[in-house]
Amino acid sequence: MNSYAVIIIIIIYLAMLFYIAFLAEKKRQSKWVNNPYVYTLSLAVYCSAWTYYGSVGIAANSGIHFLPIYLGPVIAAPLWIVMLRKIIRISKQHKISSIADFISLRYGNNRFLGALVTVICLFGTLPYISLQLKAVSETFEIISGDNSYVSTTVIDDSTFYIALLLAIFAAFFGTQNTDASEKHKGIVATVALESMLKLLFFLAIGAYITFYLFDGTSDIYEKISVTDNFKELSTLGKMEDGFNWFFMIGLSFMVVFLLPRQFQVAVLENNREKHLKKAIWLFPLYLLLFNIFVIFIAWAGKLTFGSTENAEYYTLLLPLEHGNTFLATLVFLGGFSAVISMVVVSTLALSTMVSNNLVIPYGFLDKFIKNQPERNSKYIKTIRRVSIFTIIIAAYFFYVLFSKALSLYSIGLISFVIISQLAPSFFIGLYWNRGSSKGAIIGMIVGFCIAIYTLVLPFTLEAYTGTDDFRQYGLMGIEALKPYALFGIDFLSPPAHAFFWSITFNLFSYLMFSLMSKGNYRERNYAEMFVDSKNFTNLQDSALVWKGEAYVADIKNVLARFLGEKRANRALKIFFTKYKLSQDTQLADARLINFSEKLLTGSIGSASAKILIASVVKEEQISLVEVLKILEESKENIVSNKVLLEKSNELSQLTFQLKEANDELIDKDKQKDEFLDTVAHELKTPITGIRAAAEVILDDEEMPKEIKARFLKNILQDSDRLGRLINNILDFEKLETGGLHLDLQPQDIQKTIGKAIASVSQIAAKKEVLIVNNNIHPFVINYDEDRILQVLTNLLSNAIKFCETKTGKIIVDYKIGNQVVEISVADNGKGIPEEDFIYIFDKFYQSKNQNTRKPEGSGLGLAITKQIVEKHKGKIWAKKDMKNGATLVFTIPFE
Amino acid sequence: MKKKILIVDDEPNIVMSLEYTFKKQGFEVFIARDGSEALEILKHHTPNVVLLDIMMPNVDGYQTLTFIKETESLKHIKVVFLTAKNKASDVEKGLSLGADKYLTKPFSVKKIVSEIQELVT
Repeated sequence: MNSYAVIIIIIIYLAMLFYIAFLAEKKRQSKWVNNPYVYTLSLAVYCSAWTYYGSVGIAANSGIHFLPIYLGPVIAAPLWIVMLRKIIRISKQHKISSIADFISLRYGNNRFLGALVTVICLFGTLPYISLQLKAVSETFEIISGDNSYVSTTVIDDSTFYIALLLAIFAAFFGTQNTDASEKHKGIVATVALESMLKLLFFLAIGAYITFYLFDGTSDIYEKISVTDNFKELSTLGKMEDGFNWFFMIGLSFMVVFLLPRQFQVAVLENNREKHLKKAIWLFPLYLLLFNIFVIFIAWAGKLTFGSTENAEYYTLLLPLEHGNTFLATLVFLGGFSAVISMVVVSTLALSTMVSNNLVIPYGFLDKFIKNQPERNSKYIKTIRRVSIFTIIIAAYFFYVLFSKALSLYSIGLISFVIISQLAPSFFIGLYWNRGSSKGAIIGMIVGFCIAIYTLVLPFTLEAYTGTDDFRQYGLMGIEALKPYALFGIDFLSPPAHAFFWSITFNLFSYLMFSLMSKGNYRERNYAEMFVDSKNFTNLQDSALVWKGEAYVADIKNVLARFLGEKRANRALKIFFTKYKLSQDTQLADARLINFSEKLLTGSIGSASAKILIASVVKEEQISLVEVLKILEESKENIVSNKVLLEKSNELSQLTFQLKEANDELIDKDKQKDEFLDTVAHELKTPITGIRAAAEVILDDEEMPKEIKARFLKNILQDSDRLGRLINNILDFEKLETGGLHLDLQPQDIQKTIGKAIASVSQIAAKKEVLIVNNNIHPFVINYDEDRILQVLTNLLSNAIKFCETKTGKIIVDYKIGNQVVEISVADNGKGIPEEDFIYIFDKFYQSKNQNTRKPEGSGLGLAITKQIVEKHKGKIWAKKDMKNGATLVFTIPFE
Repeated sequence: MKKKILIVDDEPNIVMSLEYTFKKQGFEVFIARDGSEALEILKHHTPNVVLLDIMMPNVDGYQTLTFIKETESLKHIKVVFLTAKNKASDVEKGLSLGADKYLTKPFSVKKIVSEIQELVT
């Protein structure tokens, strides 16, 4: 076909696209433009000329290695419903206009980061665009049959004019609106149409080759399977191929999110979140259809041409070979469609980044502040248009300088590896709020440098110097620095190898620096908003620490410069209504600052918006130190509250203990009072007796002698009682306060019992009570004999007291138990009433049952007895359930 | 007519001195070792005055006094506490229960006699 004819076809085709784009812009709300199919088809901008032509090339030369690039997105698609939705939501909320904006906002509107992402995207996309131009140029040559035609200057290179046409298209439909976050319906509609056409044409040529030129798939398979190197082309092969596959799938998985054009169509041009639901299965299906015939076309091409022709263009060459110019033209147009959509969307995305994240924040801001709104908007549009032209022209020159020597496939992978450097800060930043701008910047730079070193440098140096020394021997001949075999990893293909090393270092730098450094308050705030995007509104309104002063009037001025007076007024009115503020509010608060920044973000990028707003706000810069101090303060408050709480708990515990101690003291005091009362009472009784008797004797001189003798005897008795009482009280006091020291000596318990019985024998004899010493075996243990004697005497006296005269019988016995001697005193008296069991050892306790009050009792006997026994670490108790009489038992332990 | 006195105390030595002295003064003297014995005696005799200890086994002085003062046939009997409990609160309690006098141990026998004499004439 004549090259002029081809050009005319191209122009007609482009005119049609212009018209469709124009229509779509005009009917922005139409169903034809806003539906999930258009959305899914626009995602297919992923399939560029690289897919269209390059896959066949790979399939022909190295078998099924073209597949990983599609498997990644297929694997990624199901995740869209979660991840992409989150990204879309955040982007809509913040009026994000590009991936550079997205990443820079995540890390606190970091201007440098936005610029860095833009630069990386430029590096990653320029070769990619040049790849498209290369494809156009080469297919143009093939279709026009002008193989001898070699362009010598730019002026007579048709590719250059095609590039210019594309730039015009992109510039016209890409910059309709200053707000780049507005949807580009026209472009999306044409992309969708082109996606449909390229698939249809590709399927058509596939079917034509497989079923018309050959007899179906099995025919091709049978024919190709007899060729020499068939096996290695159709199987995976060695372990190394597995690694290559793995990294290639991982790479394409990432870039389907990160490529500027994918971000543009998938996120920014998304109308409704629910379109994602259809896209997650429709898009993989599209990719599958696209790949069905690839391998057969490749085999057919190989069978037809051997290795004489460029395998990438089999789809064109085969129909031409068979004289089917019409089909070849369709194929050419399909490829051209792939090129147009890729170039237009990419340049659109890039131009937004360049203007919003590179040019405006680094040079034009001052100018904008002084300008009138109409002029500002014109300026922004101009910057974008210039960017679009510059990018396409730069891509053209890249193509002229390098691409001619490289295959479509390798250029595509270089782009992918470079773009993938955004992955750690992009993906991890979505879910990890610690990721910091420092980590992101360093990670990206490190990864980018490694990618350049391992992938771009080798071929550029080779093209420049004409030798492959660098590739063969590494930097300065160092083995470990060989660009395709860094640190001895020599089994990966160059792109997989470059991807592996760059992304590893990128990831580690990102994680390490993120962990090492915390971002400033702004950064942490945005991190929180991205990670916890559901809680966005709350965080947006309340969490932003902002200290400063700004007047609504100033902010309105800034807004008006970019949005125009009318829109600025309307926006503020909406804002005031939303937050229920008075319409003539004078001072701006953090929310208004935020709101205004967001309004401007679409037009000039988030970093610039921040700078602009900051220019009218007397923001007292909150340094990190200050924020930390604020946090520290609240932390201290929490800590001191905790300490206070602990202290108060301690105090209340102490109070409780004090109260207990106090209660105990009161109790003790009361006991002491009672004790003293009782002691006084007990002392007064014999004194009263003595006093009364003495008085009677003194006053009655004629008293008969025997009566006088009785009174005198009473006096003696009471005096003895008084003496005993005093001794007992002193004893008791000594025992109670622990002042008594036992004189522990080895003693024979049998002898001590004998002594005790002897001491009470007189009273017993008087009452004719029998005392039996049951156990006559000697047994020597350590105890204080005087004290134990006191115990025994006491128990015996009590027993005698409760025994009936004449019939009374007391049995003293002892048993030797496990390291303890158990001594019992049993009588046959009237026993102890049950209600008295717990009281009998209390001081001054006297049974109500005891109807005679003998002057012998002091009321302290058993209390003292108990204390002596306990001092010996023994126990004393009264045996329960005795049929008659009482049995008191005590123990003395021994080693 | 001979005045009658009931002495209620569980200390035999004290009772002995009082019994000797009141008999000498011309009283008819009844002795009880605690409240229950006293109430038993009161069933058969109506003394002019009861000299009452407080701390006694079984029925104590308070209970005995309450019984006397609440019994129609006995409530005219003068009751005098004679006790070692000498705290102000004890005295108040005794008088509020209806005792006619509150005397404390140890005591002067002469003084007891004169107090009782004063009460019964």
